[in-house]
Amino acid sequence: MTDMTYTIALMGNPNTGKSTLFNVLTGLRQHTGNWPGKTVTHAEGECRHRGTLYRIVDLPGTYSLYSNSADEEVARDFLLFQRPDVTVVVVDATALERNLNLALQVLEMTNRVIVAINLMDEAKKKGIHINTKKLAAKLGVPVVPISARNREGIDALLDTVDAMAHGRINTNPLSIRYSPEIERGIAKLLPFVKEVMGDTYPARWIALRLLDGDTSLLQALKQPPQPLIKEGNAYACCGSIKSI
Amino acid sequence: MAQGKRCRLSDMKPGDQFLIEKVDVPDPMLKRRLLDLGFVPGGEVEVGQRSPLGDPTAYRICGTTIALRKEESDYIYGEKIHHD
Repeated sequence: MTDMTYTIALMGNPNTGKSTLFNVLTGLRQHTGNWPGKTVTHAEGECRHRGTLYRIVDLPGTYSLYSNSADEEVARDFLLFQRPDVTVVVVDATALERNLNLALQVLEMTNRVIVAINLMDEAKKKGIHINTKKLAAKLGVPVVPISARNREGIDALLDTVDAMAHGRINTNPLSIRYSPEIERGIAKLLPFVKEVMGDTYPARWIALRLLDGDTSLLQALKQPPQPLIKEGNAYACCGSIKSI
Repeated sequence: MAQGKRCRLSDMKPGDQFLIEKVDVPDPMLKRRLLDLGFVPGGEVEVGQRSPLGDPTAYRICGTTIALRKEESDYIYGEKIHHD
């Protein structure tokens, strides 16, 4: 294979074991302490699997991507501006209801998503059974059960990442339908968003944020975001969106 | 039967169980935030410890403990529930 490197983002609620998974994948032993805002910006490492090199990015834990805090902005901007090849949403098997909120928000931004259900050992202890096939069918993206701290399911996860990065998996992410009023607003805005932004950004998502009056997103789109990584070439896209 | 009993989450005492009926916040950003944290209609909240100064209070919702200030929990309406 070529020496192509793919970028994999780890996203998820706080305390779902993202950093544990990150350390298992990268072989690093970074701080796995547990306090609010532990992963302040993001941690980066590398992982090789079946001859392909992956850059793994551990994003801050968030409940949402609607920029109520610096952590959420870091996570959102990374998805938006760095456009990882695969985003792994790490969810807590014992609190799926809470965690799927973020997963759905990520699915609105990108279709290259894998949902990793972590803490499967914990769920088993609590007698929670998760039908991953059904969940995958509903979400329209692969769902992989893992237990990062016991290193279970890691190979299956990496195989799925591998297949998605190389374009062997087609996804059909669940798209939330909003009220007719909001859908009409989206339909009206979509052509303009596409005209100004091209195909660089998820147009429906941007239209939704505009309807939301999300000023922090507009700020981020107007100004080049803080260079998180790859300073040289990552922000070549910023010239075309000044007019918004 | 609960119509008459509707109260605010901020009125609850540590140990109380609360069923959310409505999240009625004037500030849309705060509303979004509360919903994202799991404070959604139909959700059950367990009231945890109150800080020594009386504010904020810890709430257990959807398997996570979240601390809210009074000015936030004031906007969450519902009723006290009893598990017998």
